[in-house]
Parts: sequence; structure tokens; C-alpha cells
Amino acid sequence: MLASTPRLRATLLRIAQSIPVVIGVVVISFLLTRALPGDPAVYFAGVAADTASIEQTRVAMGLDKPLVQQFFIYVGDLLQGDLGQSLSSGRSVAEDLAKRLPASLELTLTALLLAIAIAVPLGVLAATRPGTWVDHLCRVVVTAGVSLPTFFTGILLIYIFYYLLGIAPSPLGRLDFIYLDPDHVTGCYLIDAALMGDWETWRGAAKQLILPASTLALFTLAPVARMTRAAMLTALSSDFIRTARASGLSNQTILYRYAFRNALLPVVTTLGMVFSFALGANVLVEKVFAWPGIGSYAVEALVVSDYAAVQGFVLAMALLFVALNLVIDLLYTAIDPRIGFSSK
Amino acid sequence: MTEIPLQPAAKTQGSLDHVFYVLKANPVTLIAFAMFALLIFSAVFGPALVPYDPLATNASNALQPPSAAHWFGTDNVGRDVFSRVIVATRLDLSISVAAVALSFVVGSVLGCIAGYWGGWPDIILNRFLDTIMAFPLFVLAMGIVAALGNTIENIIYATAIINMPFYARLVRAEVNIRRDAGFARAAKLAGNSDLRVLAFHIFPNALPPMMVQVSLNLGWAILNAAGLSFIGLGVSPPTAEWGIMVAEGANFIVSGEWWLAVFPGLWLMIAVFTFNLLGDGLRDIVDPRKRT
Repeated sequence: MLASTPRLRATLLRIAQSIPVVIGVVVISFLLTRALPGDPAVYFAGVAADTASIEQTRVAMGLDKPLVQQFFIYVGDLLQGDLGQSLSSGRSVAEDLAKRLPASLELTLTALLLAIAIAVPLGVLAATRPGTWVDHLCRVVVTAGVSLPTFFTGILLIYIFYYLLGIAPSPLGRLDFIYLDPDHVTGCYLIDAALMGDWETWRGAAKQLILPASTLALFTLAPVARMTRAAMLTALSSDFIRTARASGLSNQTILYRYAFRNALLPVVTTLGMVFSFALGANVLVEKVFAWPGIGSYAVEALVVSDYAAVQGFVLAMALLFVALNLVIDLLYTAIDPRIGFSSK
Repeated sequence: MTEIPLQPAAKTQGSLDHVFYVLKANPVTLIAFAMFALLIFSAVFGPALVPYDPLATNASNALQPPSAAHWFGTDNVGRDVFSRVIVATRLDLSISVAAVALSFVVGSVLGCIAGYWGGWPDIILNRFLDTIMAFPLFVLAMGIVAALGNTIENIIYATAIINMPFYARLVRAEVNIRRDAGFARAAKLAGNSDLRVLAFHIFPNALPPMMVQVSLNLGWAILNAAGLSFIGLGVSPPTAEWGIMVAEGANFIVSGEWWLAVFPGLWLMIAVFTFNLLGDGLRDIVDPRKRT
């Protein structure tokens, strides 16, 4: 019980800290929606509108009211989950985003898991064997990874694996048309298909997912590997490791129980930045692979100047990012060896 | 952090030696400088030197693979890909340099104010920067361009806004730790105004780490600008620009015409790679301890 108190307090404090950030995000999104080129009322009234109907739209949208009042109306709408109407699909933006969000989450999370699964061992190996080929490989991957434009990597992978080798399915969407969509449970095809026990569909979905996920993973791998390597090097050269070695602990124990646990902290901190990159790169990858997620939704909306949809997307992404950062920080307090040990 | 006493003559000599030493010890940095010079060269003289007009179409010569006449092949309307890739260097570099310069200036001013005087401007600035950083940055850039209008200038503004927090935070930290340093107090005591002390005595100390940041940031700014034009923002089709060329070439990749997308993508990658290497090299020169 005693051990959980500082952790609980840290958790509550961290949750409280994200409130002003959310308020800031909402304010900026509001300003972005109101900074539409020209007069929003003219825009939303449509092409064939005359002065009277523009005025009508202005009153209907509350654009004749002072900005502060408009802001509170906007916040009120947000609290009811109303992000406005999409002009291109004719449905509400919130509905569209909710329908497409699982596809994006499936892609981003798979890519991140893939990146972490490769980058963390690579960084650890590079740090424990400096100067060897693993170290050099790590350096090459790190430098090349941050220089590769995601959309270019994606196109290159399509060319190699679809056109030249013919082992990847055509880069169009989440599932080939010969398969039926699995029953909707979570919206993530891999999970849904597994729940149904339909392994044929699962394989089909995994095949479609592997190229876009690898593209995104290649991009996010670099910062994680770089940070793991640097953090491991710092941890391994610190005094407590020397003491542990002097005490005769085995190499395994020193590496994983002492060095790795401490090295994880800065790595988890960088994950926040990595998420920022991944969510942005997600938009590009979705466009390249015609992935029906919220990123390609926003790109389609941009093309037809569907501003409500774009701004709804920006707000949704920002809130998602704030939530992810919160989770990361909570994870941080959970794995920090100093919290919990000190209160024993 | 320790203050190195200022010894003008000896210092220039010493740091130049150090630059040569680092360049000799790290040939990669030397290569990066050479690649940087090549990029600048093609940005300045490229449009005058390319063999074909980057906008001239030639339907009878469309979709030709790379050959001696067309090094990078031709695109779907018969334009020479090599000429377009080289000519695009100027536009891509201008966008990113303009954006980074803008965020450098704005970030420096805001960071100086917050770092030197502290108090409520500091609190407001920090809250503001936190809010910007709370967005996935590329997505925020998309939102800004969508809100301000789809032009190249707005791409520059959007890229500048998402880069600005890095500079502002860096300058704020560098100014803040020197606010009460001996040399700053001495300058103040000698009758210099706050503004003068800040601009000529404290701020120059932030320049070396800023230069590293600029170089690393330029690569990122190019990636961002190309990404935005890849999804159809900013640059409009006939213009030669790497991102939009990759986007146009992407339609032909599934039928095997790889040169349309691969060469502009490769050039984009080389440019970003150059700036990243340059940033790492500059960091070795400026601050050898931060080497990883």
C-alpha cells in the first residue's frame, strides 16, 4: 500500500498536467477552423448562395456572434462529439473518423511494435559490442532511417515486392476483394479475424498490412535505436554498473536487471516524439498504400477543400497524441526503478 | 557549463585547427560538406545548365527509360526527369531555408525574451510551445496550410511554425543559464542596456548549438515540405518539385516505370541525408562531448 502512494500521486499529477494541454489544443483547433481562407459563411453556404442565404448560414453557424462566444459554442459541440459535417461524404466528421480510426491504429501500432522489436535489441547489441558490425549496422540504419522520406520508402517497397518479386499483394487497401471483411468487433482486421477463427482472412489482412507497416517501422526505427544505444552506453558506463560488476554479479543480471531497466527510461521518453513522427508519417503511408484510415480521409478531404473534415482530423490526431503521451508518461512512472524502491 | 574566457586571436586559430582536425578525423563530414556544395551549386546554376526545359512536353518521347540522352528517363508527358530533378533543387531548398530562417529569427526573439526576463512572458511562451508540441507536427502543418490556404508561402509559414519550438526552447535555455553570468553582469555594469547585453553579449553564446540545430532542421524541413506537396498541398502540378514528382511517379510504379518516382525521391533523400550528416559533423566541431 505504501509503495503505491507516490506512484498514485505521480499518476494523478500527470493526468492533471495534461488538462491545460488539451485546452491549448482545442483553442488552436478553434483558431484554425475560424482562419479559413475568406469568409467561412460564404464557403459553407455553397457555390450557388446569394447574400441572403450567406447571411442565413452565418446566423445558423453562429458566426455573427463574438469570437469568445463562438469558442464556447465550439467547445459545447465538441463535448457532444460534434466535429461538424463533412461536405464530401455528407456524414458527420466524428462518425467518419470513428469508422476509419481502427484502420489507422492497426497500421500505426503494428509498425511501432515492429520498430521497437527490431530497434531495442539492435541498440542494446550495438551498445554492448561497440565497434563491431552490429554497431556499424546500427549507425547506418539510424542515419539512413531519418533521411528516408516515408512516401518514397513505401513506393520503393511496392516496386520491389509487388512489381519485381510479385510476393506482395497489390497496394490497395486493407483486404483483397476476394476476402469478406471480418465481423466488426474492434475494427482491427487482424484481431477481428482472429476472434472469428478465420485464419484465411487473417493471412490476407496480414499480407496487406506488412508493407505499409514495414514502411512506417523503418521510419520510426531510427530514433528508437539511436536512443537505446546512447542510453545503454550511458547506463553501462555509470558507477552503479561498476559496483555491480565488482560485486561479482553475472553479466546477464548486470545487463538486463541493472543497465537495461535504467536505459529504458530515456527510450520511453523518446517514444513520445516517435509517436509524433509516426502519426504524421502515417498520413503519407496511408496515401501511398490507399489505406482507408483517417490519414487518407484527411488527404481526400484536402483535395476537395472539405475543411471541417480536415480540422476534425487535426483535432482528433492531437487528442490521440496527448492521450498517447499520457500513457507513455504513466508507463514511465510504472517502470522507473526509483519509484517504489525508495519508499520501501 | 564553464565559460571560456574570450581571447579573440588565439581562439580563431584554435577553433580553425579544431575544424581541420575534425574534418581529417571524420571523412564523412568532409563528404557531407562536398555534397552540400553540390546541392548549392545545382540550386544556383542548375536551371541554367540542365540539358532540357523542365516544363517542355514531348508526347512522342513519353515514359522512356533512362538512356544517354535522358539520364533519368522521361515522364508520362515526355519531360526530362533529370532536368526536372535538378531544377527542383532550388525550389525545395528555398522553401526549407526560408522556413528555417523564419523559425530561427522568431524562435530566437521569443527565446531571448523568455530566457532573459522570465516571469509571465516565460510562462506564456512555455505553455504556447507545449501546445504546439502537443500536435503531431506534420499533422499540424497540414491543418495550418488547409486553414491559411494552399500556397507555397503558407507551406513555408507552416513549416516555420512547427520548427519554431525547437529554437525557442534552445535559446531560452542558453540565455537563461547566462543571464546572471559574470560577463553579463560586467557588461551591464559597464553601462550597456539590457537589450544590448542580451543581443551582443549573451545571445552569441547560443549560436553554436543553434547552427547544429539549423543543419539538422533543414533536412527535416525539406522532408516536411516535400511530404506536404506529396499529399497535394502547396506546389501545383507542372512545377518541378521533388515531393510532387514522387507523387506523380507513384501512379506508374505498379506498371514498372520506376524512374519517374525513384530519381526525385533519391535526390530528396540525398539532400536530407546531407543535412543530417552536416548537422552531426557540426555538432562534433561545436560540442565534441555530445557525440553518440
